[in-house]
Amino acid sequence: MNLLLASILIPVLAAILVIAGFNARRTAIFAAALNFLLTLVIVGQFKQDGGYQFLLSVPAVPALGIKFSLGVDGLGVAMLFLSTAVTLAAIAIARPPKANVSWFYASLLFISAGAVGAFVSVDAFFYYMFHELALVPTFLLIGIWGSGDRQTAAWKITVYLAFGSFVLLVGLIGLYLSLPVGSRTWDFRELAQLARIGTLAPAPWVYLTLFFGFGILVSLFPFHTWAPQAYASAPAPAAMLHAGVLKKFGLYGLLRLVTPIFPPAITEPFNNLLLVLLLGNILYVGLVTISQRKLDLMLGYSSVMHMGYIFLGILSWTTIGLAGATLMLVAHGLSIAALFALSGELRERTGTLKFSELGGLARTMPKFGLLFGFAAMASVGLPGFANFAGELMVFFGGFSAGKPVVGLNNFQIATAIAVWGVVISAVYMLRAYRRVFFGPPLERWKDLPEISTLAKVCVVGLLVLLLIFGFAPQLLVNFVLPAIVQP
Amino acid sequence: MIVPYALEISVVCVGIFLLMVDAFLKTDKTTIAWTGVVVLLAIFGMTFFLSPMPVGAIPSSFYVLDPAALFFKRFLLLATVLTLILSIDYSPVYLKFVPSAAPQAGLGEFFTLPIFACAGMMWMVSANDFIMIFVALELVTISFYVLVASMRKNQGSLEAGVKYLILGALSTGFLVYGITWIYGITGFTALDGISSVLPRVPEQYQPSVLFGLGLVLVALGFKVAAVPFQFWVPDVYQGAPTPVTAYLSVASKAAGFVVLLRVLDPFLSVAAFQGKVFGILTILAAVTLILGNLAAMSQQNLKRLLAYSSIAHAGYLLVAVASLSAPGAKVAIGFYLGGYLVMTFLAFLVLLNVAKVSGGDDIRDFNGLGKRSPVLALGLLIAMLSLAGLPFTIGFLGKFFIFEAALASGQYVLVVLGAITVACGFYYYLKVVMAMYWQPAAPSATNIQVSPFGHFLIGLLVLAIILFGIFPQPLLGALTHL
Repeated sequence: MNLLLASILIPVLAAILVIAGFNARRTAIFAAALNFLLTLVIVGQFKQDGGYQFLLSVPAVPALGIKFSLGVDGLGVAMLFLSTAVTLAAIAIARPPKANVSWFYASLLFISAGAVGAFVSVDAFFYYMFHELALVPTFLLIGIWGSGDRQTAAWKITVYLAFGSFVLLVGLIGLYLSLPVGSRTWDFRELAQLARIGTLAPAPWVYLTLFFGFGILVSLFPFHTWAPQAYASAPAPAAMLHAGVLKKFGLYGLLRLVTPIFPPAITEPFNNLLLVLLLGNILYVGLVTISQRKLDLMLGYSSVMHMGYIFLGILSWTTIGLAGATLMLVAHGLSIAALFALSGELRERTGTLKFSELGGLARTMPKFGLLFGFAAMASVGLPGFANFAGELMVFFGGFSAGKPVVGLNNFQIATAIAVWGVVISAVYMLRAYRRVFFGPPLERWKDLPEISTLAKVCVVGLLVLLLIFGFAPQLLVNFVLPAIVQP
Repeated sequence: MIVPYALEISVVCVGIFLLMVDAFLKTDKTTIAWTGVVVLLAIFGMTFFLSPMPVGAIPSSFYVLDPAALFFKRFLLLATVLTLILSIDYSPVYLKFVPSAAPQAGLGEFFTLPIFACAGMMWMVSANDFIMIFVALELVTISFYVLVASMRKNQGSLEAGVKYLILGALSTGFLVYGITWIYGITGFTALDGISSVLPRVPEQYQPSVLFGLGLVLVALGFKVAAVPFQFWVPDVYQGAPTPVTAYLSVASKAAGFVVLLRVLDPFLSVAAFQGKVFGILTILAAVTLILGNLAAMSQQNLKRLLAYSSIAHAGYLLVAVASLSAPGAKVAIGFYLGGYLVMTFLAFLVLLNVAKVSGGDDIRDFNGLGKRSPVLALGLLIAMLSLAGLPFTIGFLGKFFIFEAALASGQYVLVVLGAITVACGFYYYLKVVMAMYWQPAAPSATNIQVSPFGHFLIGLLVLAIILFGIFPQPLLGALTHL
């Protein structure tokens, strides 16, 4: 059996078993662990210079050239690794709710299956379809088991993403129709190949539609408003999976369908517009993040803000920028998952995440505080963590991008402004950390239990990965470089 | 081998035979419906052994058997079978509103009238002449007048019947008037004849032809529930017996679209008319999309919601009709209608079973259905997701093919509108999902038992939605020559 197909089917089958009445928690954890092991096997068997591997292809709609094809290259393996690692952490750390336990775990498994399916698809059509698989489980997870204003949040994310996906679908169809009849295809490899030889020459509107379609899904400013509230309201494992893995779908799509296909002649006229928007992500959303009064909302906004850097790396169209963006993709996924895991644990203990009601928690829960500190520092981009390496490469890429002019060109100005985002993220993370963990200990939080062993293992696992990729970014970069840089 | 029009003749004979049986049958009348189901399935089997049309047997303008006609004959037979099965489920409710001295009186007609309507619609999809179109359409509409109003002691049903009758009669008037204008200029009622004359129509008469076509479009717009001819839809759908609503929304709409395509064909192949006709269709599609979807968002009653959703789906289909210059548009329409059949019947099947027990079809009657009856809830969940257009369902692929055709023919405005209305669709379809899974059940609500056959049917429809949603090839294969 094809290993990639197996890694999609395992969560789906597990979800069906869970609904059918198997022990929900055990089945889900078993499936997630099995999938992670399978990923490790795939990583082990993967040949670094071999292009797409583990291929499987079944024609689905021959008239339209749609095939159900699976396969991974270096980038795909990296995303697969991110997905299964975060899934395992999220499902292991999830606390079974009081009611509807089976639907809770089934929804998580479906989100995971959708993410894995999207990242191992070689066919743009199925890549799109798999992403949508996660839409309804997210709706149910936030709506049923969320906190705060969960209903509004659930509606907003669902309708917003449904709209974004259809914009994206229009862009994908536009890309497909730009090909001459007879060579029409949805295959990533063939699309890139046809673009290289000039057969695929899409119109500018296709580029814009794709960019905004992906942009909505990745919470590009000003289409970001669905994200913070949804992540704040979602139960911790759902937020981990969505912010950590699923949101990367759009960025991954940009690396697959935009950078290898569109020539500078089409993209350049829009660079200034997109630079302004991504600076909106970094500066505007960054300032909004500073003003947040609740930990969960602050984390939601911070995750929106960091998307700006990744956009900058992709938009720079340089090797180092793209590599940095990929590194940040993985790093951000791991660090935001760790943060949401910890804030979820905190909510379980205190019932509130308002800064004004918290304080001095490091005294009652020193280990919890230490781990949160690590995760927060990773997210800020402290040297040693993968986020730092990624941001640095993005800045290098951004500064070397664009046309040489007298003085600074648009990319260099944007990069110079974007660097200030690092300061902004340091401000909000450190302030949040101080408010929650330092200061005078409050009487009502005197007896909070310390972090559980299971949660500790999950978070430490994520942090260790961040440190590994932080000290040896070339581990990952060498892996993905052949995939994102065209020969 | 079987001559093609033997299909319609057999269906009519079955109807007459069953009516006769009804007059003498003393025991359980559901036997009539079951017999109908079995015989219609046999006729469905017959469609695979048709001989080609004998040349000169009857004028080809009266009856054609092209791939589209064949596909939709099968489609209509299946829709009728499903309607009969729903009617059997519905018969206890029906009998409550049809009091009479004899037990189960009136049930026979309730089971046989859909068969006559089926014969009419099967003829409609083969008709290639305005006269035949008109006669077939009347056979269908008159059967539906009776069916809609058949629950005599139910005010809603009577109200629906009157509304459907009056507006239906009005639309028939439009149809006939339009036909006379077209006939007056071209001298033909046969579509073949019209298409041979149309390129030679002098310029000063072209507005008259267009006027006639416009009137015909009004009548067909009424059939397929396009805005602004949709006023009857919500009330009639809500008041009519549930199986009739399902039948009306699927079969009647499909037959209407086939006739629409046939009537438009001659006009779209003439350059002088093409631009204007596409313009009219684009406007129709746009307003239907907008109104259907926006109005659906505020509905609190599931039947009304499905009525507006039926308008919305007519909008998507009209997008494909307005994109007929793209090669894939006809296939897209056929596929979309095929998907619409499956998901709509699934939705109505669940609706019917829930309403039978809880006594109402408001969305709040579905509160907590996820706990009260997991199978029904799962069925409705899949139906709603497919109607909304979520990937891995047949509904998504339907929308995908239509968007593909629309982009290929350059209907960018409709595509933008479509993307927005799809997002609206997610809102109102998920409202039902929300009721089933988020909301707690009312304390008085009971669990709902479903018969093993009901389980089987729900399973079958769910399977069809998902399988065709991943591998649509079998269905597309049947549509290739459209």
